[in-house]
Amino acid sequence: MCELLNLLYNLYMANQETILTIENLGVRFDDNEVLRGLNFFVQKGDVLAIVGPNGSGKSVLFRALLGLIPYSGNIQWAPGLKVSYVPQKFNIDKDLPLSVEEFFKFKQKKREEIVSALKAVGITDEHHIEHHILKQRLGWLSGGQLQRVLIAWSILDNPDVLLFDEPTAGIDVGGEETIYNLLKKLKDERGFTVLLISHDLNIVYKYANNVICLNKEMVCYGEPHIVLDPASLAKLYGGEAGFYKHEHEHNH
Amino acid sequence: MPNFTAEKRVFINTNMNTITNPLFLQLLVGIFIGLGAGYLGSFMILKRMSLVGDVISHVALPGIAIALIFRINPFFGAFAALFLAIIGIWFLEIKTELPSETLVGIFFALSLAFGILITPEPELLETLFGDITKIGPADALITVALVAIIFFTMFRIYRGLTLSVVSKELAQTMGINVSKISFLFLFLVAIIVALGLKITGVFLMGALVIVPAAAAKNVSIGLTGFTRLAALFGGLSALGGILLANYFNFHPGPIVVLASGVIFLLTLIFKK
Repeated sequence: MCELLNLLYNLYMANQETILTIENLGVRFDDNEVLRGLNFFVQKGDVLAIVGPNGSGKSVLFRALLGLIPYSGNIQWAPGLKVSYVPQKFNIDKDLPLSVEEFFKFKQKKREEIVSALKAVGITDEHHIEHHILKQRLGWLSGGQLQRVLIAWSILDNPDVLLFDEPTAGIDVGGEETIYNLLKKLKDERGFTVLLISHDLNIVYKYANNVICLNKEMVCYGEPHIVLDPASLAKLYGGEAGFYKHEHEHNH
Repeated sequence: MPNFTAEKRVFINTNMNTITNPLFLQLLVGIFIGLGAGYLGSFMILKRMSLVGDVISHVALPGIAIALIFRINPFFGAFAALFLAIIGIWFLEIKTELPSETLVGIFFALSLAFGILITPEPELLETLFGDITKIGPADALITVALVAIIFFTMFRIYRGLTLSVVSKELAQTMGINVSKISFLFLFLVAIIVALGLKITGVFLMGALVIVPAAAAKNVSIGLTGFTRLAALFGGLSALGGILLANYFNFHPGPIVVLASGVIFLLTLIFKK
């Protein structure tokens, strides 16, 4: 009976093309428990948003998913997946002597592919790409341009899954919207699965089909318009609930 | 000046071929060290380790002093001390992720004080300021070989090194062993500093690592230009400095460092 159930479960999962299954995931740094008892799964084509207050373990979750830190429990990626990651912490200042072209070449790709990735993120003018983007220092790009370049860089090797940690940190409100529209467009065109950490619930409502509310453990999990109710937001952010005050994480 | 080779060197004046010509040897050793120091210096600047570059050379002093006391080749004493120092820095780097400048600064100042105290008096001045006029063919051979190894290793790790500066996590997700290449890099820095002590001594070796690279940074946009120019400026500083010192009969070490300073000032005019 048990085997039959297992078989049915596996069949169901196979039909849904589950690409990531998390069972009882926990992370601790020395005596400090950072994540506890996480269970969720991600299906192909999902946009899963992860929300939560500062220090709730969002970035830690990503690092565990990428295998960068030790964890307990089970993280099961579908075999052969290409995962691309855009971290929140980038150390790119005006002073860094690294041109955009050199940054791209670290992925050892042909020039045509670099140009086509840049076109995909909305930098379409070849003259502009040639003279004002590729030959430029990475640190001289504007916030919005840099974000586009980072996204172009992350899609360069045609990944199946994109992990974005606060893709719009440090970008003004209008720019944010554009970046998310761009991500959505890319997802639709190329069929990525996207996992993103965001501080902006509006964005989550608009673009994500699933959301995880994280505060060391999972406070809510499901479709945003169902699970993001005042009660779970209160539990997530504490205090008087329902209203989420926008705060940037200052951990650069 | 510490005698960096074990055997006695004899220059046969009646048969002055190029290989044993003292000035040729000085230039050969100087230029190679300048190239290596400039190149590695560019990555030290990239990793925001300029201060570490400056103070690391100070730790060589107690190593040299102990080697002199026990009559061992001072190069090995210097290198052993530097090796211990880079292990310390590497450990701080991977453990804390913080620029532990204060701690490093204190540690190196103390080792300098200790080194000055125990260095035998006759060798003290040469140890502190270097003396390239005393090098021989064996020194040249060791220098050329080690600098070649430095460049060979760097060509293999520079990509990971730079990516880890941009984002350590990004580098890790691309399968780069960040702590391993950090250690390799520091190991190469220890080699070039130990070699460079012959030219500039304990006090000024940090300058030969940082000044040419800082100059190169003024006039370059990308990484390739920056690192190549840094090496070139290092080599030019050594070439110009040693020639000038030879012509005017000065001590070469300070002139080499001043030459790099002149290059730095010139690059300020063309600063990007």
